[in-house]
Amino acid sequence: MNAIRKRRLAWVVLLICSVVVATFFILQALRQNVNLFFTPTEVATGEAKQKRVIRIGGMVQKGSLAQGKDLTIQFVLTDFAHSVTVKYTGILPDLFKEGQGVVVLGRLDQVQKNLFYADQVLAKHDENYMPPEVGDALKIGMRNKK
Amino acid sequence: MMPELGLFSLILAFCLAGLQCVLPGLGLLKHNAVWMQSARPIVLGQSFFISVSFLCLLYAFVQNDFSVSYVAHHSNASLPLVYKISALWGGHEGSLLLWIFLLSGWTTTVSLTTRHLPAPFLTRVFIVLGMISFGFLLFLLATSNPFARLLPNYPVDGRDLNPLLQDFGLIIHPPLLYMGYVGFAIPFAFAISTLWGGDRTLPVAKWMRSWTLLAFSFLTIGIALGSWWAYYELGWGGWWFWDPVENASFMPWIVAIALIHTLMLSDKRQIFQGWTLLLAIVVFALSLLGTFLVRSGVLTSVHAFAHDPRRGIFLLEFLLVVVGTALTLYSFRAKNFTDNTKIDLISRETAIVISTIFLVVSSAAILLGTLFPLVFDALTSQKLSVGFPYFNAVFIPFMIPVLLLMPLGPISKWGHNVLGRLFKKLTWTIIITLFLAVELPLFFAETVPLGVVIGLGLGLWIILGTLKWVFDKIQMKGSVLALSKGALGMFFAHTGMAVLVIGVTLVSYYQIEREVAITLHQSLDIAEYKIIFQDLKQIEGANYIGSQGHFLVFKQGKKEADLFPEKRIFVVQGLRMTETAIDPGFFRDIYISLGEPLKEGGWSVRIYYKPFVRWIWLGALMMALGGFLSAWGRWLK
Repeated sequence: MNAIRKRRLAWVVLLICSVVVATFFILQALRQNVNLFFTPTEVATGEAKQKRVIRIGGMVQKGSLAQGKDLTIQFVLTDFAHSVTVKYTGILPDLFKEGQGVVVLGRLDQVQKNLFYADQVLAKHDENYMPPEVGDALKIGMRNKK
Repeated sequence: MMPELGLFSLILAFCLAGLQCVLPGLGLLKHNAVWMQSARPIVLGQSFFISVSFLCLLYAFVQNDFSVSYVAHHSNASLPLVYKISALWGGHEGSLLLWIFLLSGWTTTVSLTTRHLPAPFLTRVFIVLGMISFGFLLFLLATSNPFARLLPNYPVDGRDLNPLLQDFGLIIHPPLLYMGYVGFAIPFAFAISTLWGGDRTLPVAKWMRSWTLLAFSFLTIGIALGSWWAYYELGWGGWWFWDPVENASFMPWIVAIALIHTLMLSDKRQIFQGWTLLLAIVVFALSLLGTFLVRSGVLTSVHAFAHDPRRGIFLLEFLLVVVGTALTLYSFRAKNFTDNTKIDLISRETAIVISTIFLVVSSAAILLGTLFPLVFDALTSQKLSVGFPYFNAVFIPFMIPVLLLMPLGPISKWGHNVLGRLFKKLTWTIIITLFLAVELPLFFAETVPLGVVIGLGLGLWIILGTLKWVFDKIQMKGSVLALSKGALGMFFAHTGMAVLVIGVTLVSYYQIEREVAITLHQSLDIAEYKIIFQDLKQIEGANYIGSQGHFLVFKQGKKEADLFPEKRIFVVQGLRMTETAIDPGFFRDIYISLGEPLKEGGWSVRIYYKPFVRWIWLGALMMALGGFLSAWGRWLK
């Protein structure tokens, strides 16, 4: 192997190593920041992990929205078969309405399986627009009920 | 009548697009110069019919022709005229028509300004552009006809434009963004034409660079406008969300930066031409991917509104055909461009190449995060989303070396450099940078986190390093006026990036965001400001009703501003909307948006203190200015 080839090989090895390291860190970051989506039914059957940040989607049950002190808010998220109580502190988005689909991001309570602490409440920007995963969740929920 | 004329023109344009591929293509095969030259008049004809079609749709909007389904869904008789016009691109069909309209505009400009290029090369360029146009026109006609009628029972009034889109920023955001996306079709076509022709050199790098710079500058303004709009319109003060659709515009932007720089290498040093051609393909592929992601509705996003699966599948197939063909061609022809030029480790060439690699890798990491939910869903039908911490974690570390290299590129010479001399040249720049990065924040904050030192340090390093380069250049040439437009362009683009980085860093670390319950005449302290809730009244607008608050902003006992945030309810669609009130400043924004009335009296309100937030958009504008200047300078040569 001549000198040029050797140098070229060294560069290739270096390149591959750095790609491997970069990929490792990227995948690590991805693993830590993936938020799985669950329906209220899946939460009720215990499929959702209680320690991780997850998303839950469903319909805000009519008449369930209650204002507490200091911007605390509580409402019930349902897929018509099961429901989850959501607690949130802050200001709700403009498109949040009872009887509409929303997605909440946060953690389940350590003890109570159907209590959820939301860090974010996402309602979509178009009122005719149902987030696809919520639409699916509601369809499955309706079927389970029947 | 007019909508039918529009549709008819669109069909004619579609036929011409087909002709634009076939006739000059036959000319190429048969070496028939006349057939090859037919490309230019066909391009002009196609542009004409697309423009007619565009104007017909515009006319339908202005005339409130609600028998046209698209108009009925996106406009309303009571809408102000500007919004009627911008409603044209407020939905799926119209924004695609805009896409095609802009593509024909770019193609026409190319056909009018490139007469000096060899005929076969240009013919191939027009065939490639014709194919892209053909594909999109087919898509529009087959799945999303904007002129479809609602007959005989058409509505008396339209459904109104989404109130979020009724805003100045959003009138021009889509056209500018599309100018960028679509503009990348030109360097793409040049690259494909080069590969197709089996050329072994890239003499067109100079022209490719101007087109890329132009498209890049438009895209920069487009993205900045979107960010600015989100900041004041969505009512919670965010300016970047790593939303899939934002990523869709951000990825081509990042890779375009790499392309602009490798084009310089290919143009001035005739090296890395293969890498340049690949990047030109990737940038356009990412633009198409962006169009697919936004238009197919596969992503849960602010922007997703199409639900017709046929559209998604068509676009995906089109994307695969275009990118697949391009990459296959590249894989066969790239060996034409292997260069054995030796490059010094410490040189401008190395600085540029390393930066482009980091830019491409960071873009790949964003792509992974953006597409991962789709792939995962397809494989396991388990739904997930990738949180924004992922994007910060993978993007920022890759950007640090790029930013570090930014002033080093211009300051080091082409070819051989002596490290010691380079270091000696920059000793003072480094010392001043380090000193300022630690000391400056103390003027407006008590603590200086490490992140601030890094971010601010990188920004100052770029500004001071670039200034040093400019001063040396002026000294050498004897006058400021002697600086070329390219040099000025580089100066603005690089310092613009620095301003952006400083803005992002300072607002991220020093912003104060408070969501509070506040009653009338109550006050609240934020940073060194005192905010008083003075008054609340009911208001009525052209197409909405609502409440308006009156807030006073005091600083050290002196009144600085009156702010009037609003909560509006749009009557036609029954939508609630927050109208933010901002006291803007070069060094800080005070940002107030109303939440909702509370049971126990008072309102929930967001009150934010955002230091240096404007620097983000200022930086972006400087980058765009730099791009335009540089493109213009290259044009004149």
